[in-house]
Amino acid sequence: MTAESTPALVHSAEADGLADAGPSAGRGPRARNTKAYLRYAATKILGAAVSLFAVLVTSFFLFRLIPSDPVKHMTGGRPISSEQLENLRREFGLDQPMWQQFLDYIGDALTGDFGMSYQFHAPVMEKITAALPATLLLTGTAYILFTALGLWLGTRTAWKHGGKGDRFNSALALTLYSVPSFWLGLLLIIVFSVGVGPIPGLFPTGGLESGGETGFAYVVDVAHHMILPVITLVAVGYAQTLLVMRSSLLDEMGSDYLTTARAKGLRDDVVRRRHAVPNALLPTFTLMFVNLGHVVAGQILVETVFSWPGLGGLFYEALAGPDLPLVQALFFFWAAAVILANTLADVLYPLLDPRVGR
Amino acid sequence: MNVRDQHDPQSESPPQNRRRRRTLFASGVAALALTAGLAAAPAAPAAPADAPQAVAPAKAGGKTLTVALAQSVDSLSPFLAQRLVSTSIHRLMYEYLTNYDPKDNKTIPGFATEWKSSADKLTWTYTIRDDSTWSDGKKATAKDAAFTFNKMMTDDNAAQANGSFVANFKKVSAPSDTELVIELKKPQATMTALDVPIVPEHIWKDVKDYSKFNNDEKFPIVGNGPFVLTDYKTDQYVKLKANKKFWRGAPKFDELVFRTYKDQDAAVAALRKGEVSFVAGAPALTPAQAASLKGQKNIKVNEGPGRRFFAIATNPGARTKGGEKFGDGHPALLDQKVRQALFLAVDRKTIVDKVFQGHAVEGAGYIPPRFKDYFWEPSDSQKLAYDPERAAKLLDEAGYPKKGDKRVGKDGKPLDFRILCHATDPNDKAIGKYLKEWWGDLGIGLEVQCLDDVSVPWYAGEYDLAFDGWSVNPDPDFVLGIHTCAALPEKAKESAATDNFICDKKFDELYQKQLAEYDPAKRAATVKDMQSWLYDSGYMNIIAYPNAVEAYRTDHIKSIKTMPEASGNIYGQDGYWSWWSAVPASAGSGGASGGDGGDDSGSTGVVIGVVVGVLVLGGAVFLFSRRRAATADDRE
Repeated sequence: MTAESTPALVHSAEADGLADAGPSAGRGPRARNTKAYLRYAATKILGAAVSLFAVLVTSFFLFRLIPSDPVKHMTGGRPISSEQLENLRREFGLDQPMWQQFLDYIGDALTGDFGMSYQFHAPVMEKITAALPATLLLTGTAYILFTALGLWLGTRTAWKHGGKGDRFNSALALTLYSVPSFWLGLLLIIVFSVGVGPIPGLFPTGGLESGGETGFAYVVDVAHHMILPVITLVAVGYAQTLLVMRSSLLDEMGSDYLTTARAKGLRDDVVRRRHAVPNALLPTFTLMFVNLGHVVAGQILVETVFSWPGLGGLFYEALAGPDLPLVQALFFFWAAAVILANTLADVLYPLLDPRVGR
Repeated sequence: MNVRDQHDPQSESPPQNRRRRRTLFASGVAALALTAGLAAAPAAPAAPADAPQAVAPAKAGGKTLTVALAQSVDSLSPFLAQRLVSTSIHRLMYEYLTNYDPKDNKTIPGFATEWKSSADKLTWTYTIRDDSTWSDGKKATAKDAAFTFNKMMTDDNAAQANGSFVANFKKVSAPSDTELVIELKKPQATMTALDVPIVPEHIWKDVKDYSKFNNDEKFPIVGNGPFVLTDYKTDQYVKLKANKKFWRGAPKFDELVFRTYKDQDAAVAALRKGEVSFVAGAPALTPAQAASLKGQKNIKVNEGPGRRFFAIATNPGARTKGGEKFGDGHPALLDQKVRQALFLAVDRKTIVDKVFQGHAVEGAGYIPPRFKDYFWEPSDSQKLAYDPERAAKLLDEAGYPKKGDKRVGKDGKPLDFRILCHATDPNDKAIGKYLKEWWGDLGIGLEVQCLDDVSVPWYAGEYDLAFDGWSVNPDPDFVLGIHTCAALPEKAKESAATDNFICDKKFDELYQKQLAEYDPAKRAATVKDMQSWLYDSGYMNIIAYPNAVEAYRTDHIKSIKTMPEASGNIYGQDGYWSWWSAVPASAGSGGASGGDGGDDSGSTGVVIGVVVGVLVLGGAVFLFSRRRAATADDRE
């Protein structure tokens, strides 16, 4: 949805024109603008609410399409009598007709109750809130790093496009982008965790902590455990930002306003940083928000390879079964995070680019 | 970041300001990362502060044994836990009435020292040991056992995991602290194999809802097994410390840590590095993993007989308890000759050699050879060895002559079967290919249907054949019971205890006979008769018994008991023998401390790792700012 509202690049001439028009136009148009903006924002938020509800409904049916018997799966391989199976089905509400289960689910979900996890015998919300910080920490750190790295390298490669650095960086980023994250993760474990030849094993093979540390030692310990998974995520993730930033900056580079800026006698560095980059940032901004939504979703493969106790790993376990309440809720939260991030981008966009939303 | 301002030359700020802003931005990012790091701290409900006494011994040079687990714990409540990892941990935390001898799987004393049954076989009296105390100092008595069983009998929520053990109980009482009396509705030979953890009444009587209590709120968890659970972090680790007052003797390691590794290649890497002392695989190490570890310094690959059988089941026609037929199993399979012909055309040796790559034993009877007392092999005349010619003859006799390439029935239709395969099991798929070839030569078509979850078509009876397998306990009652008429579903297509819809009068009679037989030798004879019947029926064709393949570090563990003792497995034993018996390697040999932060080399690793990480990041930031500063200086 955000992609549609992504504006064409803002050219300086137009932007300057708007800047001029702003102060001299008086109160009337500004009030009109505010009103238009509020209407625009309200539409976007309403749209998001509708999408959220649609996701809530979808999450119920989607996982019921997988042919499975959660109770049988859960007790698989254990001495269980038919009566026990019946009890479990009753406890989970699986003996109710589908429409009744659906109404219960929607009703409970609207009050924030996503039910009990079948396999963990704990409220779904409790499982999710317990795993969320680990995911936010890992993917959030990776997000900040790969966005910064992508922006920086994207700007550099575009500004000196065609050069050795550009060719090398673009090729490297594309190669890493195409590498499966779990494979790269395993490779990093073998090389930097176990150690190969002269390379010593510096990092732990998995997990979030060694256990038993407190205070600052705990923070250092967690940071130590984070290094390899973060490197994996950054390596696989930064190419997207790099490429978008590179191409949008390249589009800007032929613009007249840059010639004007140079004619004013500004340094090349200033022309790039203060004039070209801010305009080139707009499409990247959209991408950043889309990625932000995925921060919550975690990374199923990377979390699994590094045994990271986050949402991705939780989903991996919940899907086998399936642990319906847990997969439903996780699916809903991930979709909700993406929808919210996109809505946020939509709502903020007009503040950055005044042509949107009028 | 307003676009308009960006182009105003007036807003150009002096370099000092810019630099200050950059520093501000950098410290902002750093602060953000640090806050995020701290934010993770409250993620763990059981902060280590709760159990300082548990962590202390390990820090003070104690011996820690770290085990890599493939599963995460589903629940620490013995009334809810279904997964092997959780029930294995319960074995360490709580005593069961009886235990199994690591030598030969025979029943030996546990929480009970002696037991006897009444003449009418309906009353069992157990003498409870008086030298077992709970970890909080209170004495463990017969009253705790009576409480545990009564709870399961009266509260459905407490019967979720182990309810089948008490289904036939009429009354359980504890006339004294050392006497437990169980009255039965019908005779039950499994009374010395009640694998139910006995919990302390004074702790559990206050639990309100057994379906929601996961026993992970207050540490250490009160128990009386060889280890006491001191700390647990969901999806990360379970820590236990040795119970120095354990009546059978204290374990040799001071601490036992189960660490979750969701990826088994990562777990193998952790073993090579020495971060963990033991890896079991999921459910066993793959042939490639085992091969990569064999011959490595300080690592021993242990291969023992498994407790699982791997079989091909044939659908005998699905039906309910009431006799209502359902499903669409192939009618040709109702003929014993056809089923036996299929069995005769399976080369089990090739499957063991090529698919299991030698890490399995060729299949025979229903119960694996690990359980010596019950293991049964067909006589030479009975044996359905690989013999495609005899298979072809049987099919001719059954009325399916070969016309061209295909076997055709009386109705003129070619003989085509489907086999249900687990999409997650590579062995199923590989064996499916062999079957296609072997049965294809006979003139039988085969479609291999691989699904993530086979239980839906299975319980709907919509299959002809299926890859099947069960883990067998020292007491075979359960794996036999799943082939009785009583296990059939009440309603069509509903999941039930039945494994393969087998319902036969003769088999049921034998089942009841073994259940009521309290003489071990006589009972074993009946169990063998049942296996013989099952073999001839062609309903369950045992292909192989996959081995347990696991590995441990010899510089952490000097010795460890396998089960069976002569040559057995380590993880998932019946009893606590492996971890209880494990002897740490001497301190000089590189540290028996399995945890990555436990010994000196581990903490050095932490320091080096963090320093390298900081250097790389710092270097990048430095280079970045240098470059920018350089260009700025050039221009100014």
